[in-house]
Amino acid sequence: MSNTPSSGHAPMRTALGRVRGLGSARSGTDHFFKQRVTGLANLVLMIAFIGIVICLAGASYATTRAILGNPFVAVIMLLTLLSVTTHMRIGMQVVIEDYVHSEALKVLLIVANTFFSIAIALAGAFAVLKISLGG
Amino acid sequence: MVELTLPKNSQITPGKVWPKPQGAKKLTEFRIYRWNPDDARNPRIDTYYVDREDCGPMVLDGLIWIKNKIDPTLTFRRSCREGVCGSCAMNIGGTNTLACTKGMDEVLVKGVVNVYPLPHMPVVKDLVPDLTNFYAQHASIEPWLQTDTAAPEKEWRQSKDDREKLDGLYECILCACCSTSCPSYWWNGDRYLGPAALLQATRWLKDSRDERTGSRLDYLEDPFRLYRCHTIMNCAQACPKSLNPAKAIAEIKKMMVERQI
Repeated sequence: MSNTPSSGHAPMRTALGRVRGLGSARSGTDHFFKQRVTGLANLVLMIAFIGIVICLAGASYATTRAILGNPFVAVIMLLTLLSVTTHMRIGMQVVIEDYVHSEALKVLLIVANTFFSIAIALAGAFAVLKISLGG
Repeated sequence: MVELTLPKNSQITPGKVWPKPQGAKKLTEFRIYRWNPDDARNPRIDTYYVDREDCGPMVLDGLIWIKNKIDPTLTFRRSCREGVCGSCAMNIGGTNTLACTKGMDEVLVKGVVNVYPLPHMPVVKDLVPDLTNFYAQHASIEPWLQTDTAAPEKEWRQSKDDREKLDGLYECILCACCSTSCPSYWWNGDRYLGPAALLQATRWLKDSRDERTGSRLDYLEDPFRLYRCHTIMNCAQACPKSLNPAKAIAEIKKMMVERQI
């Protein structure tokens, strides 16, 4: 962290110059709002999702295919994946920004976090669609 | 990464135990953080005993008594001694507060008054933190009325209702208790403006006379400047003026969403 004291061997840049830095990123509200909306969506979707999982517990493959073949169930599964992975990605990014202060490592982790979230979302969606559409 | 341990030269070592004042009947023990930039030694905790019958009830009274009667090298800031100037903000009994408005008996931990400088700030000497960055953050939100309309002959008028919207905001004395109690400010104080500067920003965003609300919001629209606030609420708990910076920050976020939807 570059929280340099002003006394001693501080850089010659003024304190106000350092605070203004590179200026406003002109973003942040989008993530803030999405995190709340997906949080709310997760609350509703999770109830349906847990219900579906309970119904599927111990069921045979044929029954599972039949249940996931229902478009309503499949869409809930896909929506849950979308909402949860979006929420997960933003939440993890905040944690990385909070605690990782090496610029290179931070960028690397944020990119890895995005890749991981998209991969999880697409792998899950593919699995749901495959079973649902009778793979 | 986040620093969870102190750097080697900041680790605290045992300090001097100063002799008890002779003939005193009621004593209160003070353990105070000491660091001197001139002697190349690590910080230490010195122990002092304050004669309560010769001293006022507040922590600041105790510190002044120690400075006058025991150890004139003890260094701290103080001015108004009544919670108006914000100079004597320090960490007392584990909480950031003003030494002048906190009674010694309110902060005893196992009978001891523990006094440290405000957390996670560079220390100038003993209990004096370097607040340069904190003040620059306050300056950066441009804490003055900004208008484009030509100034009226008398004053900018404001209804009683609009004036009331500034209550809970204008009372801030910039003591830095809130910002330096915020973990998010500890980790990202170079980019996150912190609760004090953001409460002041709200004070000007809410002012019905100000004409630059939009550009003020533009300045704050940033993942670090504003959105490092994770509603931890240490700020509201620490504020010696009983203000709620966390609520003020939530108001800014609300305005940000409001102008997009």
